[in-house]
Amino acid sequence: MDFVFAQFLTGLAGAASLFLVASGLSIIFGVTRVVNFAHGAFAMLGAYVAYTLTARFSGPFGFWGGILGASVLVALFGAVIEMALLRRLYRAPELFQLLATFGLTLVFEDLVVLVWGPDDLLGPRAPGLAGAVELFGQAVPSYDLLLIALGPIAFGLLWLLFHRTRFGVLVRAATQDREMVAALGVDGRWLFTAVFTLGVFMAAFGGAVQLPRDAVNHTIDLRLIVDVFVVVVIGGLGSVGGAFVASVLVSELDAFGILVLPGVSLVLVFVVMALVLVVRPFGLFGRAEAPSRAVPEPGRKPPAPLSAPARLAVAALVAATATVPLWAGDYLVTVGSEILIVAIFAASLQFIMSAGAMVSFGHAAYFGLGAYGAALAVKLLGLPMLPALACGMLLALAGAALFGWFCVRLSGVYFAMLTLAFAQIAWSVAFGWTGVTGGDNGLLGLWPDGWAASPRAFFWLCLAAAAASVALIRALVFSPFGLGLRAVRDSALRAEALGLGRAPVQWAAFALAGTVAGLAGGLFVFLKGSVFPDSLGIGTSVDGLVMVLLGGIGTVSGGVVGAVVYKALSVWLISQTDHSKLALGLVILALVLLFPAGLGGLASRLAPRRRRAAAPAVHPAVGVGGAP
Amino acid sequence: MTALLAAEGLNGWYGRAQVLFGMGVTVGPGEVVALLGRNGAGKSTTFKAIAGLLDRREGRVAFAGEDVSRLPTPALVRRGLAYVPEDRRIFADLTVEENLSVGRQPARAGSAAWTPERLFALFPNLAEMRRRRGGAMSGGEQQMLSIARSLMGNPRLVLLDEPSEGLAPKIVEDLALAILELKREGLGILLSEQNLHFARLISDRAVVIDRGHARLSATMAEIADDAEACAAYLAV
Amino acid sequence: MTGRPAMDLLAVEGLAKSYGGVGAVRGVSFALAPGEVLALIGPNGAGKSTCFNMLNGQIRPDAGRIRLAGTDVTGMAPRRMAGLGVARSFQIAATFGSMTVRENVQAACLVHAGGMARPFGRADRRFRPEAERWLDHVGLLAQADRPAAELAYGDVKRLELAMALSGAPRLLLMDEPTAGMAPKERHGLMRATVDHARRNGIGLMFTEHDMDIVFTHADRVLVLSRGRLIAAGRPEAVREDPDVRATYLGGGLTFAAAPGRTEAVS
Repeated sequence: MDFVFAQFLTGLAGAASLFLVASGLSIIFGVTRVVNFAHGAFAMLGAYVAYTLTARFSGPFGFWGGILGASVLVALFGAVIEMALLRRLYRAPELFQLLATFGLTLVFEDLVVLVWGPDDLLGPRAPGLAGAVELFGQAVPSYDLLLIALGPIAFGLLWLLFHRTRFGVLVRAATQDREMVAALGVDGRWLFTAVFTLGVFMAAFGGAVQLPRDAVNHTIDLRLIVDVFVVVVIGGLGSVGGAFVASVLVSELDAFGILVLPGVSLVLVFVVMALVLVVRPFGLFGRAEAPSRAVPEPGRKPPAPLSAPARLAVAALVAATATVPLWAGDYLVTVGSEILIVAIFAASLQFIMSAGAMVSFGHAAYFGLGAYGAALAVKLLGLPMLPALACGMLLALAGAALFGWFCVRLSGVYFAMLTLAFAQIAWSVAFGWTGVTGGDNGLLGLWPDGWAASPRAFFWLCLAAAAASVALIRALVFSPFGLGLRAVRDSALRAEALGLGRAPVQWAAFALAGTVAGLAGGLFVFLKGSVFPDSLGIGTSVDGLVMVLLGGIGTVSGGVVGAVVYKALSVWLISQTDHSKLALGLVILALVLLFPAGLGGLASRLAPRRRRAAAPAVHPAVGVGGAP
Repeated sequence: MTALLAAEGLNGWYGRAQVLFGMGVTVGPGEVVALLGRNGAGKSTTFKAIAGLLDRREGRVAFAGEDVSRLPTPALVRRGLAYVPEDRRIFADLTVEENLSVGRQPARAGSAAWTPERLFALFPNLAEMRRRRGGAMSGGEQQMLSIARSLMGNPRLVLLDEPSEGLAPKIVEDLALAILELKREGLGILLSEQNLHFARLISDRAVVIDRGHARLSATMAEIADDAEACAAYLAV
Repeated sequence: MTGRPAMDLLAVEGLAKSYGGVGAVRGVSFALAPGEVLALIGPNGAGKSTCFNMLNGQIRPDAGRIRLAGTDVTGMAPRRMAGLGVARSFQIAATFGSMTVRENVQAACLVHAGGMARPFGRADRRFRPEAERWLDHVGLLAQADRPAAELAYGDVKRLELAMALSGAPRLLLMDEPTAGMAPKERHGLMRATVDHARRNGIGLMFTEHDMDIVFTHADRVLVLSRGRLIAAGRPEAVREDPDVRATYLGGGLTFAAAPGRTEAVS
């Protein structure tokens, strides 16, 4: 019992840091609508800078001054980032800022390795709080008690800030309608910078106060961002109180899960999140959000099937690609196969993202299920490659149908987070079920059948699969089913009133996209000869998102272009530099700034413009920002 | 007398589509001017162009004699321009008092500043619901709050976009009284309307807009009696 | 227009809905015959939208009963109601903005015909003549190839109407069908819709703030105030009702069909 109490306190202490970081994310999202993927990286930076400052200045003043100083420094850095980068992107399509902040994360990860080295760093103990306090016969670290107090204090201060100051009222107003706030004479740019700076301060502070408890390294940003996403989603986006409750819940689940079921403690948090979202689709304290920017940008042409000349051009392109193995070396051909495989993956994700407005943060789950399905079919059933690929697709279909059934009940960011949760569950299973999946060691020795064993033959197989997948998806988009999918995306209300339910249509599309992703995963296994849990990891999911956003979310198959550019670029950068993340991050940032509508958007902008109707009558609500 | 607002040669775009073609309008202190036109004629766009809320705009806007064509919206608001959008855009999660406080700007020399108390006297309905959430109010109450909120900026000119749209006839009459009260205070008012009866009750002059062009500018009575113009441009 | 048909198309009894203890709609009962045109009016916040949303299943009533041609449809989901012949338009018009105007109606036709699940074939080749016929009916044919998001507001309302009519509904619910239109357009659209409804025996119910539309086109008028029906009957009777004038119509300065209209330009 006493031990349970001590563990409970450990959980509460962990909650403080989580709450600080999560509240920052929630505040930033609330006002700027930016899902700040770099938030974990800012927390990590806070910890690193605090490490340096507390090492230089000792004593209580040095320690606390170091923690606060680090938070302020990182917050100022955040302000610079906001003004230099994000400010240019607020008008870009939704989620584009996600791409930019993902690029930032890559840059930060490599930068901290350059500055602080790749090893774990242990921070100093807090002066005067290094010991422990005896509570119910258990030693509880004094620093933990301080953190336990810090959480509610921070919460109280934030509450006062938002409800008792004009700044807070402005922030809450901007959370609902930032354009109207500007129309009332408040300089929105200043407000955004202030909010972003505050949010980054909370992140850095949350990272820095963990210094005496946990070692710092350059990978904590990803772990943190996933935890924080979970907290914010359970609590309800934009709700600071919700973030507080959820951070306690998640932290306690962590603390006790490890004791009760060490193997599945990773899964536990995600299962709870999935349960919460199924019961309360907008988190514990969140409220239904009006779909933002459902109106397409003015002047965008409705998507239409390719014209006859365009079809010919695409066929010529495919034929030209088929000649690659005739003149290129094996290395290039193998890289080409990999690019084709990720193109299939990107195309499947784009199908649900563009035609369905279902932005999945966990599409890797179906890529990975396809991979493991194919691998296990070979290992356990001894099947040849093609039937094994079919098995992989079946497993991916089953997984997508099961997870999708829950996911399509939600929308927007909540949908994204639930897909992420399911992907993390799938990852945990692959990681933890060592008897079957080999765990971290993966499954090895999975090579194609003889007829496809040469790089050249495998390339052609991948090309055929990619061409068929993309053609199939395009045909689907323009079929009656695809029209229905776009209909429920544009207006679920109208579709329901006509007699078309949203959930069944989206579910079918989700399952289909998962199956195609499974094909990509299966091919990937035979390309590499192995499969690892990484294939279901968040990194793979984010790669997919980057490719689609890069290709242009407003296009039907721009993701294919995005995949080719992104994959080729990352393969080339890895071969050229040790700091490939830094380089890739900078390239992503440059692309985002130069082509804020994606590469596909660029293409459609260069295409000859349709002559416009003579009467320039425009729906007034389509204007700047549109009606809420 | 210098006009409070003098806009001329306004061209405005939504995306790639040009919506305004050399639009112009002037409003003096204590004057109510109605911008009449069908839907899609460019009324809302004219307002947004004046208030600096369009992405792409050309032309000249002078406010109290000063060229403000290049100023961003917040700077215009500080000089005394208020914009009340068509869809009211109340902050649903904020209380009535908090909604008002978002609109607050420093007092203007030479005129009494608007306070919540003065506004509650002008719109008695709002006084009974100071702590009510904006989202829990009816359409008519939201319209009153939207106007009250913009008055907190102590404007000299108010742009009212379709204020009577979707309101019960009785509420529209209350609104007319409030607007006439503001006129007596010396405020300039530019409103867009489709309800000719309502416009007639309160307006001194009217400008008829059609397909982004100003077609007619005359006293309200002249335009209302011009059956030909009404049929051609207002589809009455 | 004398003597109501024996069989009501829509029969509503004791409909009620409250939010957080506040009664938005409190015991509303009425009936609608095929081919009849019924207007629902009342001050903002009187419960008109809530009432409407219960009629097509958007909101589940707390109490009361809704019968469509004798079948109890209380609490049924909107998509099932649609299958039974209930079509509606929304106060804030809802169309498929990323599609062309024609595709919007084609989508409606596909849903009505049950063909939306087909994963093959080109959707833009299905129901093309039908879609264009309906667009012609509402005067939108010339804009068939434009993206729906670019339409002027009044035209979006027309498009909604075309989508609703394409399913050959038995009951048509229209929430502020002419909001955002010029006076002549309003009357034109209403006249065409009312004619169509009478010819095809469609029950038409609409809410509207334009009293000229209400008093010109409705066969009967229901007045809602604070969730209750305070008056119901023929337009002339409702217009002169002192209660209705006090709570809703006011002095009649802002519309033409006003009771005892006085010229009052200050």
